Amino acid sequence: MFYLGLLYRLREADVPVGPTEALNLAAALRAGAHDNSVRGFYYIARATMIHHEGHLDAFDRAFLAEYGNLDWDTELTEELREWLDEQAARLEEISETEAPDVQELLDMFEQRKAEQTERHDGGPYWIGTGGKSQLGQAGSASSGVSTGSSGGGRAAIRIADMRSYRPYRSDVTLDIRQLEVALRRLRAFVREGSQTELDIDATIDETARNAGEIEVVVRPPSRPNTHVILMSDVGGSMFPYTTLMSQVFSATQKATHFKELRTYYFHNCVYGKVYGTDRFTEPVWVHDLLRECGPHYKLIMVGDAFMAPYELGQAGPWSANDNSRVPGIEWLRILGDHFTDSCWLNPEPLSRWHGTTIEAIGEVIEMFPLTTEGLTEAMAHLNRGTPGRR
Amino acid sequence: MEFTGTDAYLTNPALDAAVRCALVLEKPLLVRGEPGTGKTLLAEAVSEALQLPLITWHVKSTTRAQEGLYHYDTVQRLYDSRFGDHDVRDIREYIHMGPLGQAFQSDQRVVLLIDEIDKADIEFPNDLLHELDRMRFVVTETGDEIAATQRPVVIITSNAEKELPDAFLRRCIFHFIDFPDRELMSRIVDVHHPDLDSALMEQALSAFFAVRGMDRIRKPPSTSELVDWIAMLQVAGIETVELTEATPFLGTLLKKEQDLQAFVNQVSGRRRF
Repeated sequence: MFYLGLLYRLREADVPVGPTEALNLAAALRAGAHDNSVRGFYYIARATMIHHEGHLDAFDRAFLAEYGNLDWDTELTEELREWLDEQAARLEEISETEAPDVQELLDMFEQRKAEQTERHDGGPYWIGTGGKSQLGQAGSASSGVSTGSSGGGRAAIRIADMRSYRPYRSDVTLDIRQLEVALRRLRAFVREGSQTELDIDATIDETARNAGEIEVVVRPPSRPNTHVILMSDVGGSMFPYTTLMSQVFSATQKATHFKELRTYYFHNCVYGKVYGTDRFTEPVWVHDLLRECGPHYKLIMVGDAFMAPYELGQAGPWSANDNSRVPGIEWLRILGDHFTDSCWLNPEPLSRWHGTTIEAIGEVIEMFPLTTEGLTEAMAHLNRGTPGRR
Repeated sequence: MEFTGTDAYLTNPALDAAVRCALVLEKPLLVRGEPGTGKTLLAEAVSEALQLPLITWHVKSTTRAQEGLYHYDTVQRLYDSRFGDHDVRDIREYIHMGPLGQAFQSDQRVVLLIDEIDKADIEFPNDLLHELDRMRFVVTETGDEIAATQRPVVIITSNAEKELPDAFLRRCIFHFIDFPDRELMSRIVDVHHPDLDSALMEQALSAFFAVRGMDRIRKPPSTSELVDWIAMLQVAGIETVELTEATPFLGTLLKKEQDLQAFVNQVSGRRRF
């Protein structure tokens, strides 16, 4: 399939595409929805493969890398269409025989990719290009892939080239509303306690089913059942993220679906104590906190986790009456081990994580970037109910 | 079946292609975009262009998936049974189809609009997955199966601000309606303010897009803000606008304190260079 290169480029860019999308695109092509032009192909490929505006920019980049040197108005010739149809039909056949294994289908794709290169010299111009760049995509050098800068009036694929969807990339912006939505994922309700609430719907329903004999149904009231501890790094290297932090805090405070929310502050790393205010007053000993809060509390750490390695190894007192010295990383381990669900949200860009204390801390408490996607993943992680360690 | 917009509803090739995909693949078309970009109108336009009846389901914060399928009016049945003047033995008399049920039951292909799906509970879209996939459901009270003979053209709108579940997204054809470009925007403004001086229109549009393009603005102004702002300018009899700290009625465009501050910083900062 000539568009497999595109598919794999998208997968590499973490866009969720797979056999479903490939089959949809094949069916759309077979039905002629692409209007016989590369332009049309761009539009239908986008409509079938992309499901979120946050991925549009990745699609444009992938499309450029794959077909950047193509003419926007290239016609898909009859010969080419036949070939496409044949391919599409073959893929459809696969789907009609009883549900193929996903891996099997992917293997089939790989095989098709090999076929593609063989066909390329006889085939029309732009399939050839596609085939070639797929080769590059599959591992060998990606030479010959233009990035859409081929100049001239009708140069390449202009819309993709404009990359007008850059602002919608969900890994760059985070608004307070998005935060609230993400936090809503943490809610859980339970009905427990005495049955004090009249369940009107069920009562009516039961009564009607009972041919009119009144049947009263009562139930315990529904209450939120999520306990959350939010610990935030303040001061120093966190200064550039002050606005972001205040947003995280106001979104968390606004969340009405928590049964209990505790917020604490620390500087750089946790050493024995955390503080009730961002001016480091109202200290609370970590072991006191752990005694009060069972493992069912969900721990959210927010901070850049970026410090000199010695700071992580630096020791703090275990408690007021105990002078055994425990390094910062151990304190984090104590927190991570105590709570069933914990996560660390980090405002630093992912590119800065490698080889720093961020990585080291990430091994103790699962680390997520403080972006829409990262936050969503983090909340899903908290809901999984598995221990904090990978 | 081909859709290229109607007289009143202008489309672009991207939207046409998305509608075409939804039609040939018989999958729901999910339309997202900023408020005021004409998401809901799309369904009306498709219904008009293809001459298919339109069934609309306006989703509210309290809407549950079941309401879209059918409703068993137990209260009415109970009421009727008390007076004995109705035959209440047939439950089917008390089953009322919801928008989805109506669309499935229709002999003719219909356009089904599920409007503002993001307004309901987070799990709402997931509850509809199966029904939208198979286009059929069973009325549990009677055991009747309601199956679509003609798969309806399903158009779903959602606000760009809210996230939808992945499983749901992957079953839809997706189209994101872009924010209107300058040319389209001037046509939109023209609809609202037909007697606007063209020089002021140009200046206002330049200012508007300049503000939208600023980096640190959290809530960029949208169409309705622009229309309001121009109305204010007209009422006040202002003839020229320029983007400075003293731009009149800035509060109409930027509604957040932070954004106003960011704006002032950028405008005054620019002058230094």
